Amino acid sequence: MSSAETKAEAARTRSAWLLSLPALVVLVFAASGPLLIVLAYSFLTPGQYGNVVWDFDLSGWIGILYTKDIFDGTWGLADAHLTIFWRSVKLSLMTTAITFAVGFPTAWFIATRPAKQRAFWLFLITIPFWTNLLIRTVAINEVIRNEGLLNTSLIWLGVISEPIRIIYTDTAVLIGMAYVYLPLMVLPLFAAIDRFDMRLLEAGYDLYASRLRVLRRVILPIVKPGIIAGSILVFVPSLGAYVTPRVLGGGKNMMIGNFIELQFGQGRNWPLGAALSMTLLVVVMVALLVYVRAANKGDNPHG
Amino acid sequence: MTETPIAIEARNAVKSFGQGAVAVRALDDVSVQIRRGEFFTLLGPSGCGKTTLLRLIAGFETPTSGQILLGGEDITHLPPNKRPVNTVFQSYALFPHLSVAQNIAFGLEMQNRPRAEVAATVARMLALVQLEPMANRKTSQLSGGQQQRVALARALAPTPKVLLLDEPLSALDLKLRKEMQIELKRLQQETGITFVFVTHDQEEALTMSDRIAVMSAGHIQQVGSPRDIYTRPANRFVASFIGETNFLTGTSDGTRVVLGNGAAVDVTAPKGPVTLAIRPEQVRIAGVDGGGMPATVASTVYFGTDTHLHLTLSDGTAVVARQQSPAAGGIDAPKGAQVGITLPTDALQVLGE
Amino acid sequence: MAERSFEVARLPGFKFIAITAFVLLYMPIITLVVYSFNSGQSVAVWEGFSLDWYGKAWANEAVKGATYRSLIIAASASAIATTVATMAALGTTRRKAFKGQTFIYVMINQPLMVPEIVTAVALLIFFASIKVATGYNGLIYLIIAHAAFCIPFAYLPIRARLEGMDLTLETAAADLYASHWQTFRRVTLPLMLPGIIAGAMLAFVISLDDVVITEFVKSGGQDTLPTYMLGQMRRAVTPEVNAISTVLLALTVVLLTAFFLLTRKND
Repeated sequence: MSSAETKAEAARTRSAWLLSLPALVVLVFAASGPLLIVLAYSFLTPGQYGNVVWDFDLSGWIGILYTKDIFDGTWGLADAHLTIFWRSVKLSLMTTAITFAVGFPTAWFIATRPAKQRAFWLFLITIPFWTNLLIRTVAINEVIRNEGLLNTSLIWLGVISEPIRIIYTDTAVLIGMAYVYLPLMVLPLFAAIDRFDMRLLEAGYDLYASRLRVLRRVILPIVKPGIIAGSILVFVPSLGAYVTPRVLGGGKNMMIGNFIELQFGQGRNWPLGAALSMTLLVVVMVALLVYVRAANKGDNPHG
Repeated sequence: MTETPIAIEARNAVKSFGQGAVAVRALDDVSVQIRRGEFFTLLGPSGCGKTTLLRLIAGFETPTSGQILLGGEDITHLPPNKRPVNTVFQSYALFPHLSVAQNIAFGLEMQNRPRAEVAATVARMLALVQLEPMANRKTSQLSGGQQQRVALARALAPTPKVLLLDEPLSALDLKLRKEMQIELKRLQQETGITFVFVTHDQEEALTMSDRIAVMSAGHIQQVGSPRDIYTRPANRFVASFIGETNFLTGTSDGTRVVLGNGAAVDVTAPKGPVTLAIRPEQVRIAGVDGGGMPATVASTVYFGTDTHLHLTLSDGTAVVARQQSPAAGGIDAPKGAQVGITLPTDALQVLGE
Repeated sequence: MAERSFEVARLPGFKFIAITAFVLLYMPIITLVVYSFNSGQSVAVWEGFSLDWYGKAWANEAVKGATYRSLIIAASASAIATTVATMAALGTTRRKAFKGQTFIYVMINQPLMVPEIVTAVALLIFFASIKVATGYNGLIYLIIAHAAFCIPFAYLPIRARLEGMDLTLETAAADLYASHWQTFRRVTLPLMLPGIIAGAMLAFVISLDDVVITEFVKSGGQDTLPTYMLGQMRRAVTPEVNAISTVLLALTVVLLTAFFLLTRKND
């Protein structure tokens, strides 16, 4: 390459960076940069009234799993913390499973509509997708609370005489998360099914497969990248959920997100909160890496 | 006779893409002179370098080495917006956010021509391409042929010294293409502007051009009038790319060539092995005992007025002969028939390598 | 009798589940909207149509203040995010791979990857120390925080628009004597405008909807509509919250419909 062309390329790279610079400045200042402060805070000593004292201390990280006895000062396994982690993982996995069970038939239904109707059904899924999470949580709350639509209807029908108490239980959080994250499952599944060549079904039936076996042996393997994408898109925000467990779980049925908040509020243990945040971040990043690899595989089936 | 002045010239133009071992020479030392006012065609298969040469003339690419001259002036490093050269793009590249008239006015406005002049020129251009009623339409509402006319009008409006056309007819269907060929020729004659036309379609090149440059693998293989190129191809590539051709190998003793089947023809050629070319329509066929070289009819392909006879000579060489179908007076030679063929000496062309 | 032909794409039960899913998806939202017009206190009993709750919400100074702040923040943040995202999209698309390209992509999309609660905590810590150091407690913190997480939402439609744009259009402009600046002004910018507007609207919706980051970054008395609602949820739910939700919902639907019309591929 001639030196003129090398120079031109250097100029192009420079202009790309210069044009991206303002965005990068905003992002470093108000998104990425502060994450490093969280990392630093996780290694400091908790202050008495919140905040931190600038002394190196691993108690934030140890505090994730262990707790110090107030009386004799010995460290023991923190059962309360483990309960919260277990609830977070369990509810997130169940949310993923439920949204898949409902979302796959829904995505299939949309993808098999005539082209003109498809945009309409897709739009119906997209509206909740972009609608405020809090509003949707409020909406599901209207249905499941003691005086909500569900209980009043059942009482009116005479099925029950006392309202079933769902609100402020794990079940309420689960219903809420499945409700608010369903569109996140349907959209990537739809994208995968939309690319699926329906003539393969004819080939499957032609070769004596039943409907169930066509589903298991032809459809599911081919749309697998979409399934992985949808599952992670649901699992990741479920694990970090804050609003839904706070509104529907009440104070007691906390998930990791609420537990982190607690450390910066009444808990007054910022290093523990910081360490928990970093842990959540790492778990989510690992899940996203799996997602990226699955997505790349989907683009290039022969790779 | 005075020489027609040169409108545009490429001097030893080289263009390579990539670097090091993967570098590709799209143009390899190309020199060509295009005369003022002529319809000049760059013809060749895809990847031959014809579009690269066009882009060098337009200024979208800078040559790795060599020069581009416009009216004798070096414009190699002039950016495209400073060159009095306009392009009709293969995809037309009409601005979708502007109307037909606004598209045509674009170049004039960029040159800061007075408003009245712009309006007058746009009106004249609309008339020239017969699109007056479409002036205020969006370009997306036009048919392919109409878009083509807008692209032409837009490129002609600033009266460029040279108009470049990059396979402009390739997106049109056959019937429209024929119409546009006539239209283009008319526009070129009316405006008197030098047209440089890129195509891979040999028929298009033959019917429209004043002169043709046949290109292959980054080189110009031959420059000449359509008749020259067709009847006197310079080499095997040109002969096979333009029209159908039979190739016959033989050995020359200087004045005679002995072919593979032992027959001799009186052709002057350098001593040693040579390749002769002859067009199918020039192969003469006589009946079974009409004399000439014996040949067997391997198959016949019927084309309506014409029939192609695929013949095999005694040494196995395949020869295609084109003649009128039997109903129009041709010889009826079914598959398997024995015929005699003669190769007129003046139709035989001696090819270089 | 004509047999129904074999439908290859039909899977038993799928249609039923799908229709049920759509009903379940919309029933709560419709309930919420309907009961925001109920004249009574409860969602249990329909006591007749009224706009009382809208009136009550609007008469509430706290709601008025929150609405004002929500709009100021969403407008400023989406303006900042769209401007820097437009520049970044021009810088990163339609050119050969360059050094640091992946880094820029990751940085721009980073707000989509990091859990909101983590970013919220990080901003809480960072801005708290700035607030202490400077003594300034204004809305700027919220605006910048919102601008940052709006950038990927503004960037994506602009980038998509640019990538779908025919590069020969700019070549054609240069061929027709337009300078770099004229080409940008007369061809590139008008063609990317629908993408920019779409990006700005998306950023506006995303900012308007944010709860978690606002909840952690806001100083006292800086409630936006969502954080005000979240605060109200601690007590018994009143139809006032439903009324605010309905207004926000309507705004989202309007902006989204406009967004879809803008990004439809039909040039």
